[in-house]
Amino acid sequence: MDNKNELIEYFRKMLLIRKFESKILSLFDENKIFGTTHVYIGEEAVAVGACSAITKDDYITSTHRGHGHFIAKGGDVKLVMAELFGKETGYSKGRGGTQHMSDMTIGHLGSNGITAGGIPIATGAGLAIKYKGFNRVVLCFFGDGACNEGYFHESLNFASVMKLPVVFICENNLYAMSTPVDYAFPTKDISCRGSSYNIDCNIVDGNDILKVKEAVECAVIKAKKGEGPTFIECKTYRHFGHSRNDPKIYRSKEEEKLWLENDPIIRFKDYLIKNKKISKKRLESIEKEVKIEIENAIKYADDCPFPDPKDVEKYLFYES
Amino acid sequence: MPEIFYIKALQDALFEEMDRDENVFMMGEDIGTYGGCFGVTRGLLDKFGEKRVIDTPMSESSMVGWGIGSSLLGLRPIIEIMFMDFITLCMDQIINQASKMRYIYGGAVKTPIVIRAPAGAGRRYGASHSQSLEAMFMNIPGLKIVAPSTPYDVKGLMKSSIRDDNLVLFIESKLLYWSKGGVPREEYTVPFGKANIIKDGSDITIVSYSRMINECLKASIELEKKGIDCEIIDLRTLCPLDLDTIIKSIKKTGKLVVVEEGCKTSGVGAEISASICEEAFEYLSSPILRIAGLDIPIPYSPVLEDVTIPDYQKIRSIIIEKLFKDKKLQYKNIMN
Repeated sequence: MDNKNELIEYFRKMLLIRKFESKILSLFDENKIFGTTHVYIGEEAVAVGACSAITKDDYITSTHRGHGHFIAKGGDVKLVMAELFGKETGYSKGRGGTQHMSDMTIGHLGSNGITAGGIPIATGAGLAIKYKGFNRVVLCFFGDGACNEGYFHESLNFASVMKLPVVFICENNLYAMSTPVDYAFPTKDISCRGSSYNIDCNIVDGNDILKVKEAVECAVIKAKKGEGPTFIECKTYRHFGHSRNDPKIYRSKEEEKLWLENDPIIRFKDYLIKNKKISKKRLESIEKEVKIEIENAIKYADDCPFPDPKDVEKYLFYES
Repeated sequence: MPEIFYIKALQDALFEEMDRDENVFMMGEDIGTYGGCFGVTRGLLDKFGEKRVIDTPMSESSMVGWGIGSSLLGLRPIIEIMFMDFITLCMDQIINQASKMRYIYGGAVKTPIVIRAPAGAGRRYGASHSQSLEAMFMNIPGLKIVAPSTPYDVKGLMKSSIRDDNLVLFIESKLLYWSKGGVPREEYTVPFGKANIIKDGSDITIVSYSRMINECLKASIELEKKGIDCEIIDLRTLCPLDLDTIIKSIKKTGKLVVVEEGCKTSGVGAEISASICEEAFEYLSSPILRIAGLDIPIPYSPVLEDVTIPDYQKIRSIIIEKLFKDKKLQYKNIMN
């Protein structure tokens, strides 16, 4: 069982993601952030639970809805914020934006603007781990929509054939943009697709951080023993729409209400309080710390310079 | 300098580079025991084993992505796409991922990947196994395009491609595999972006690459007989593109012809023509001429395929008709 401080750290990270994403939405109205974004609110238990099961040396690949994975893997909130502000000090020096960031120093192999685009990349990273004989693993995050792309099938097949150390983590939030899973899939669960490729499958409550963590831990142990990939389907829900301008006309208020009551952060907070893992005072101080961290990130991003337009062509090629 | 086949020079480059750097590995369909559809990878499995010569399931879309992921962890994959036509299945990973990755991650990563793609018509394979799609890729920032015409270049450019830290599309000509040329025994590389002046001349500049170089050479011998002195430039790489060498030549000849096997519309010739109009229009004494494949799918029947792609006779006739007709070169006699 995780010790108290670890549990509290999971809570802090989930809260940091929640507050970060909430702030992002309001920063659009202030014209500080441009374009669009896909917020992770409601799915925090998946990223934090999964990333808590691996070490700094392990890798992840992420999606268009990637801020949560970044923070969960130990990314710097200031640098994510600066990237969203389009600044030179952002993770991608203002060249990438919300869907295109990476941090090799923490094993984050990149968020990805193409649905399922990260699945083959994670699989290739798994190939390199095996090739080099590292004792490492890749967590590959993707949504339910990605499971209907060709990459999903090709890469799960290859990872299984080659016994690659990859954990495929499907964040089934019930909608691929607006398309419901019960429309787009002929089966109740997605995870059964793993069986076709002789991959162990697991369905977990994606709003229960400890359940997610436990499932990923098992998969990681297996992967590091050379026993190949696992497919974990995390049932969860995004509280907001697909992207910023989504009117959410495709789902009912009743359904939303049900899932809001099943909020992963409230659930984990209740768990911590009930099991006396956290004091009220500590809770309050965490909320304060998180607020300050985000305020600092905004201030940092605001103060940093935009990239020099003269450098617009920089970083296209690696010049040795 | 010993004369060896293009395919052997290519194999030598692969063997030597895999020997030199254990991070270099190969991935592709039927490249192991089978030795690759055209036999290029024959012997690699025996020497380097299954770890470094990986037969993949038939999954072109993901294959490039597997290469990307492995390159992010320090490997240097060489991916064989059996026929260049099949590269259309890999477009997302090439266009949206590998070629953009360094830029959109602000320079934080590098993707040293070589994609080998045997291209070209002339073997009666039909529309899905005969295309020359390189021009499409010139429109994509962030990848380098290499298209060697000789055994010397195929070896030297493959070595440069493997050692390059970017995505390289390496176009091989199916019909050149069994052509011979001199290749030195000692180690060498051929740099990117340096076109090769295959033949000096003063009347006309002919720019081409890959297999069409041979057709241009044959055409130039015939044109020579009619008193037309051709300068032939082999581009070697389409990105980076060596415009300087072309401009220098035009200053001398005033005439430019671009020859390619792919479709004419929005082709390599279109790009070069536009660039030359922008950069060196004042040196031209006549319009730029594009000689290219017809804008149709490559047909199967030999009589149809042969008229679809350029050959030396077509190159010769078009050049005379379009550029030298007025110069009292007795066009009719030449055609006889």
